[in-house]
Amino acid sequence: MQMPFILAILLYMLSASSYFAYLFFQRDWLQRLGGWLLGGGFACQSLIIGWSYYVTHHVPANNLHETLALTAWTIAGAYLALNLRFHLKVLGIYTAPLSTFVLLAASQAPRTPMQPENLLKGAWLTIHIVATFSGNAAFMLAAGVGALYLIQERAIKTKSRGFFFKRLPSLDLLDTTGYACIVSGFTMLTIGLVTGMVYAKIIWGRFWAWDAKEVWSAITWIFYAVLLHERLAVGWRGRRAAIMAMAGLAMLLFTFLGVNFLLEGHHGQFMQM
Amino acid sequence: MDKLLLMGLNHKTAPVDIRECLAFTEADARMGLDRLAGDPAVEEALIVSTCNRVELLLVVADADRAVASAKGVLGQIKQLPLTDFEPSLYVHRGQDAIRHLFRVAASLDSMVVGEPQILGQMKNAYRLAAEQKSTGVILNRLLHRTFFTAKRIRTETGIGDHAVSISYAAIELARKIFGELSARQVLLIGAGEMAELAVEHLIRQHTGRIFVANRTLERAVSLATRYKGHAICMEEVADHLSRVDIIISSTGATGYVLSHGDMKGIMRRRRNRPLFFIDIAVPRDIDPLINTINNVYVYDIDDLNEVVDDNVQDRRREAVKAERIVDEAVIQFRQWYRGLGVVPVIKALRAKLHASARAELEKTVGQMPHFTEDDRRAMTRMMDALVNKILHAPTSYLKSDGCIGDRGLSLDITRKLFRLDE
Repeated sequence: MQMPFILAILLYMLSASSYFAYLFFQRDWLQRLGGWLLGGGFACQSLIIGWSYYVTHHVPANNLHETLALTAWTIAGAYLALNLRFHLKVLGIYTAPLSTFVLLAASQAPRTPMQPENLLKGAWLTIHIVATFSGNAAFMLAAGVGALYLIQERAIKTKSRGFFFKRLPSLDLLDTTGYACIVSGFTMLTIGLVTGMVYAKIIWGRFWAWDAKEVWSAITWIFYAVLLHERLAVGWRGRRAAIMAMAGLAMLLFTFLGVNFLLEGHHGQFMQM
Repeated sequence: MDKLLLMGLNHKTAPVDIRECLAFTEADARMGLDRLAGDPAVEEALIVSTCNRVELLLVVADADRAVASAKGVLGQIKQLPLTDFEPSLYVHRGQDAIRHLFRVAASLDSMVVGEPQILGQMKNAYRLAAEQKSTGVILNRLLHRTFFTAKRIRTETGIGDHAVSISYAAIELARKIFGELSARQVLLIGAGEMAELAVEHLIRQHTGRIFVANRTLERAVSLATRYKGHAICMEEVADHLSRVDIIISSTGATGYVLSHGDMKGIMRRRRNRPLFFIDIAVPRDIDPLINTINNVYVYDIDDLNEVVDDNVQDRRREAVKAERIVDEAVIQFRQWYRGLGVVPVIKALRAKLHASARAELEKTVGQMPHFTEDDRRAMTRMMDALVNKILHAPTSYLKSDGCIGDRGLSLDITRKLFRLDE
């Protein structure tokens, strides 16, 4: 499975360059090319992950390499899905390099095999992993959209129409897209947490173990819940929503990576170095 | 040239409440023109009234009396005491009046330089005056030159593009904030010419409801019907700020119409939905501090100017070019006007000499019964030729450019020399 993996990295890289060329030259075919290349990379990864699932009957998230590869895959997937609904091609300059970077990191990460008794199995767990990863990918997109929002908002507010003003879409579109990302991310995270708890009940006999990862996931969930509530209740939109989406990403990264590296817990072994 | 007199007030000299009180409807203008035409001190008259100005252009026989009667007409028709608006009035005479008229028509004197509405409004004013038969030789010629000059400035300089691009720039900004403008609601505060231009562009984007707020509800209603909108009074503006998305303000009130403090509660009620202020008034209507509030964007006319072209130098050059065209047109009109003075003198001179010649001829031929019809005709021809020969030199002297400096003097001497006025 080495060939498709390298091919996927290559396609993501090419996609990233296409999107950057699009940013500078504003030719429509460049972003379409970027989209197809990203789709190609996504297809390669799907092949690897699908093959792995077919052979072992579990989602390949057993070590840091697989986890990161899965992250890159869900980010690309989430972006492609987003493009079906919103016309926000320029976000490719964020997603394509991000996927490339994560997949490159994955290629460097060790592929320590896991003890057979800890192998991840079962429908609950599959849903848990897929939902959590998609949720995280959606939150990452939300942070990217938030960054674009802040750039565009600054250009309009300070009346200094720089490089980005013409190239970025309207504030309204960015805000709506960011909101959609957070809503879908939140939904996925909720599903991920619930299925995780069900799985924990089945395996360890209890829903909640005060494991560091669990606690931080709950904090992340509450953070996004507050964000959504404030938006609906008092209208936290625009600039503040964008900043919060980016702050959320920092929290997410800590929950996703930091907890495993710095704290102990039963998720630790899935990120083994 | 001293017969031409222009009296008026505009957005630079008069506060908006005075301008609005003095704004003439069509019926007012007709009445005013009739009164002015009936005054012996006034020979010709034209009234231009827009949201930003009221101007009376007169050809006068007696300047002082004409000014007094024009002020009287303004005050009586709009029922406003003279003391209220007299300090805002400016009076231009002769060449200055012509220059002012040309600059107004070319939109060099507008709130937003280059806005295209003013020319149409002046044509309308001229049509009205022509219908009331209050214009004569001088104003007919002057207005035609005015329209010609304004068109020339529009085609030869970038002045006109500028205003159009300003309203497009405003719409481009609105699109960068709101995305699609369909169903976005618009509020007009005050009704200036530039605001109308911007609204017309906005309507083409299929915006939602349009509200028009104005100090005088009458004008708000008339604008609102034009754009199929709703008229509201100024006190309702604050309430509507929680509903609308785009505000175009052009009242030209002396202070801010909306201050920073007014906006706080409004944004809470709007649940922070973005709000875009386009402030094209000079001085500004919208407190620039409002721009610091989250999700509120305020662009005033200077900001929009900068958006349209960052090259101020270019714009200055276009303005200089426009002023040069105005100067040329003023000189041309002055020449025509002076020529106008020559023509009656020469006509009178010819009439006088021909009349004397005919009279003498009748006397002589009456005593010559043996003259045939052919002989009489030959004698008449000889007399006409003689008179023409004598008149040739003085006529060409008076018409020539050689005496431009003191033509008035030459004409005066000619009149006295031949006793043309008797």
